[in-house]
Amino acid sequence: MQVIAQTESVAAAPSTGSRWLRDVTGVILIIAAGLAGYWLFPDNLALLTRVIAIALLVLSIDLITGYCGVATLGQAALFGAGAYAAGIACVNGVTEPLTLIVIGAVAGSAAGLLMGTIMLRAHGLAQLVLSIAIVQLFHEAANKASAYTGGSDGLAGLTVSPLFGVFEFDLWGQTAYLFGLALLVVVFVVLKFIVSSPFGMLCRGIKQDPIRIRAMGSFVFPVLLKMFVISGAVAGMGGALAAISTQVVGLDSVSFELSANALVMLVLGGLGTLYGALVGTVIFMGFEHIVSSINPFHWMTMVGALLIAVVIAAPGGLSGVLERISGSGRGKKGGRA
Amino acid sequence: MQTILSIAIDAFAYGMALFIICIGLSLTMGLMRVVNLAHGAFAMIAGYIASYAARDLGLGYAVAIFLAIIGTVIISIPIERLLYRRIYGKPELIQVLMTIGITFCVIGITNYFFGPTLKTIPLPGSLSQPVDIGFKTIAAHRLFVMACGGVVAGGLWFLIERTDFGIKLRATVDNAAMADALGVRTQVVYAISFAIAIGLAALGGVVGAEFLPIEPYYALRYMVTFLVVVSVGGAGSIPGAVVACLLLGAVDTTGRYLMPEFGNFFFYAAVIAIVCVFPRGFFGRAQ
Repeated sequence: MQVIAQTESVAAAPSTGSRWLRDVTGVILIIAAGLAGYWLFPDNLALLTRVIAIALLVLSIDLITGYCGVATLGQAALFGAGAYAAGIACVNGVTEPLTLIVIGAVAGSAAGLLMGTIMLRAHGLAQLVLSIAIVQLFHEAANKASAYTGGSDGLAGLTVSPLFGVFEFDLWGQTAYLFGLALLVVVFVVLKFIVSSPFGMLCRGIKQDPIRIRAMGSFVFPVLLKMFVISGAVAGMGGALAAISTQVVGLDSVSFELSANALVMLVLGGLGTLYGALVGTVIFMGFEHIVSSINPFHWMTMVGALLIAVVIAAPGGLSGVLERISGSGRGKKGGRA
Repeated sequence: MQTILSIAIDAFAYGMALFIICIGLSLTMGLMRVVNLAHGAFAMIAGYIASYAARDLGLGYAVAIFLAIIGTVIISIPIERLLYRRIYGKPELIQVLMTIGITFCVIGITNYFFGPTLKTIPLPGSLSQPVDIGFKTIAAHRLFVMACGGVVAGGLWFLIERTDFGIKLRATVDNAAMADALGVRTQVVYAISFAIAIGLAALGGVVGAEFLPIEPYYALRYMVTFLVVVSVGGAGSIPGAVVACLLLGAVDTTGRYLMPEFGNFFFYAAVIAIVCVFPRGFFGRAQ
């Protein structure tokens, strides 16, 4: 009896047990890194909160680009929808931060539904162009509806009430940062469950071969649309977090530049892994911060050089490099890669 | 009536300027399958060379255009050999990343050497004065741009459809490995068509400087416009590019004349409508 139980646990270990262990370790690492940032850079918490907000945006791109294979250069439309929805709600008297995050998520998923419906009509390059056109339209609309959004001046004057009625959003951004970190961890865990669910597997199958998935009897369009809605909710939460922490919503949160930068961060970190999205965001924004504080005129050249270097040296992104290193290490030990 | 006419003329000239730049991108995207987002960066380099030649060295307009084309192609050769060769046949996302990187570098370097100010390319006297064409006077420069667009369209059609090189190019596009086996030197074909595309970008950048002013962020600002026009027209198709440029040029110009406060709204609304109806562009090939 004992022997059977042992063999069972041994057989199950590499498939589920080690994956659980790895994921728990990963989440603990994220929390540790976040808290380390809190203690090491107490003067830069505003920047770190911004990194978390952008990380949510990059995660949302990873969901549809990395897991479904739909390339988008317009994800900032969903981020901006969340930011503006939270901002407008806040100006009109809804100041409870968790409610604002929920409002951002709902607005983001509504925008995701719209964007998915339009974008999934096309394929390949046309799809990419549609995503650009959508984000530009959102940008013009936000600019035009200045009565609600403040136009090019931005939507200012957001005063968020204390979190749980206790923790105020102070000048140093400590509450905002810890709130953002908690939000990121929760979203990350939920996404980890989603991408390893049967639905997540179906999305990956669609990425590899949509025709075969259709032949197997699944509908491709509703699955992708569902992922667009989830992705919109994540991006919208990121936008709402940015609105809460900076207390202002600018037109740059619905810009093509933000979408392109976020996609770059994702590819830098590695497509199709949630860790890659986080790593890419931290490295890109850290690099940008350091280079632009050394010499603001050269940061564009440096970022460009970084991009070229990544394409030449590590086409799979940084997490691809890590995987190759750990994969070769494991290969020597004789285990499965 | 006068307003409609002047809008139409401006729209036509703008569309033609757009066409000269975009047809190069359409060639690289449709024939060489490279999503070259740095195309605008080459047009910008040409604008800077022309501006330097015409304004600082005092050379003639024609000489400036010639120098700009030659200079840009020369600059592009090492870039093609060192960077573009690596991304031929790679996934689109990798190509987008690489070419955005190149664009960023070009913008940063240009900003460093020439400063963030707008550069003008002085027109010669014969192009800056209005010309009477019977029922209306229009700027000679507009006519010149239209003529350039016509010549480029005709010349390219002749090159691709009627010459030996065109046959080799189409063969390489259809099946590079087979063409190679039959003795077509595909590397050379790629290099020449890349040079032609860059030369056209250079010509368009200089000639269209009146519509798309030359400044360091040119490459980023119009990157999206160029990409959109090409995909609306259908990558690799000359008639597609003509139709897309004229149509989108007309939508953009009319929108700006009549409702300037809406900015790019009509342009992108038109793009979404067109792409939804024609997912492969007007004259795109089936994939």
